[in-house]
Amino acid sequence: MNRRLFLQSTAAAAATPLIALEPAAERLDVNFATGPWPFRDLPQLDGDSLKQRGITQAITGSLEALLTRDIAAVNARLAAECAKSGGVLLPAGTLHPLLPAWREDLRRCRDEHAMKVIRLHPNYHGYTLADPLFADMLDAITDAGLVVQIVAQMEDQRTQHPLVQAAPVDLKPLHDLLKAHPKARVMVLNANAAMITTALRGCASLWLDCAMIEGVGGIENTLKAWPAEKLCFGTHAPFFYPESSLLKLVESELSRTLLTALTVDNARAFLGRV
Amino acid sequence: MRESDLLPRMHWLMNPKFRIWDLHCHLSGVPGLTPEERLGQLLRYADRVGIERLCVYMGMKWSQDPAPDDFRKQNDEVLRAIAKHPDRAFGFVTLNPKHVAESLAELERCVANGPMVGVKLWVAKRCDGPEIDPLIARAVELKAVIFQHTWFKTTANYPGESTPDDLVALAKRFPNVPIICGHTGGTWELGIRAIRDQKNLFADLAGSDPTAGITEMAVRELGTERVIYGSDCGGRSFASQLAKVHGAAITEAQKQQIFQGTLRSLMNPILKAKGIQA
Repeated sequence: MNRRLFLQSTAAAAATPLIALEPAAERLDVNFATGPWPFRDLPQLDGDSLKQRGITQAITGSLEALLTRDIAAVNARLAAECAKSGGVLLPAGTLHPLLPAWREDLRRCRDEHAMKVIRLHPNYHGYTLADPLFADMLDAITDAGLVVQIVAQMEDQRTQHPLVQAAPVDLKPLHDLLKAHPKARVMVLNANAAMITTALRGCASLWLDCAMIEGVGGIENTLKAWPAEKLCFGTHAPFFYPESSLLKLVESELSRTLLTALTVDNARAFLGRV
Repeated sequence: MRESDLLPRMHWLMNPKFRIWDLHCHLSGVPGLTPEERLGQLLRYADRVGIERLCVYMGMKWSQDPAPDDFRKQNDEVLRAIAKHPDRAFGFVTLNPKHVAESLAELERCVANGPMVGVKLWVAKRCDGPEIDPLIARAVELKAVIFQHTWFKTTANYPGESTPDDLVALAKRFPNVPIICGHTGGTWELGIRAIRDQKNLFADLAGSDPTAGITEMAVRELGTERVIYGSDCGGRSFASQLAKVHGAAITEAQKQQIFQGTLRSLMNPILKAKGIQA
């Protein structure tokens, strides 16, 4: 097939994907971060970078939070950085429940930084979701009126630095935890297809993002087994090229309604903006 | 300077002018009961993201150390699939260096006397040993494109899984033969460095997470002409792997070279020999 014939034969198919690339009044990325990564010089993406890619808002965590013990300073720097973005970057503060006085960090996140989201890194902070302290923290965050993001993994174990290896979070305890804490609003970031179909199966109240959902037609296939109102657009940028998740919206065959759900409505529901 | 200052507005929109050939596609992890159905499914998704041609290898069910009957069956499945879509897919023959005679026979059946245009070597045996040499030598005679899977895994490779260092050892024995370093070693910061000085090795971007920086480093250290786009679908999405090129801070001309130019230049001799126009 020559180039002209290829373009002609795929014209019909190409017309549909462009819906996903149309400029949108609102497109939320639930999985963005700022700050340095210890092992690689990541691109310096900011609110303008996201807007250029058609992303209007991003829930933004701090990469510093993974290894820095002065988490209060990390959260303060994140809040200041997000404040400069003109409302594009929504800060997600981090709590580390093994640090003394973590409840004061929660208070500062809510009262001093007006944060709505807490992002957790259990595998970098050394606790499991089965630990009682995690349940305590979940209660505290919920009582404070905030929502929770749990980062299942940051990168493929096979490519991690040999001196800083962090296995993915064991997500199996979430099933019972969510039943025991029905008011908690929880999203898991960077879950892969295996986690979704095994450990997270049946977690009907849980939100997920699509950054690490792989396989051809990945979003389309995930939605065969996962509720469409519980999957959100997330990029895991700047660790990942943000184009990855944007193109996933193109690769899967999604209606305009479904696209709006994935990129706007579901994130708004998670944030309690409905 | 901020990254946002460098980019034209909405640069991430797919440029329909790109010609994209995908070096690295499989029939596993794809819905469909037959090879033909599975390749049809892959092409449905490929159409949505603007990919013109797919290089397909390995069958619907894999084994790490396939016996001759097994790799012949896998090659039969690829032959069936590409026969259904000859204008959209190229086939590479899967071989196992533990079975040299049978692998040479497969080269004759699938490449010399069949439509396939490349060779795929996976994880049965590391590629640094001399057992593989007869396969490489015959592939060269046939002008077949040679692809060797590689990884540098922090969590340890499979016993027969080659690293880019192993591939360098092979490439030194065939210094004038272009060979593709599958996955660029996965841990690409190591893989790129490992193959940098071995100029007959080419980097396949496929099959690792779309971590920002892979393509920029590959272009910087190897030169654009040694970098090739591939996806590793169906286990991977086209999207995440295309993003490594669409999202890279390189020129449009460099993206075109990676999307098709380099692979096409490697394939031209055998395409010409077989009278295939592409």
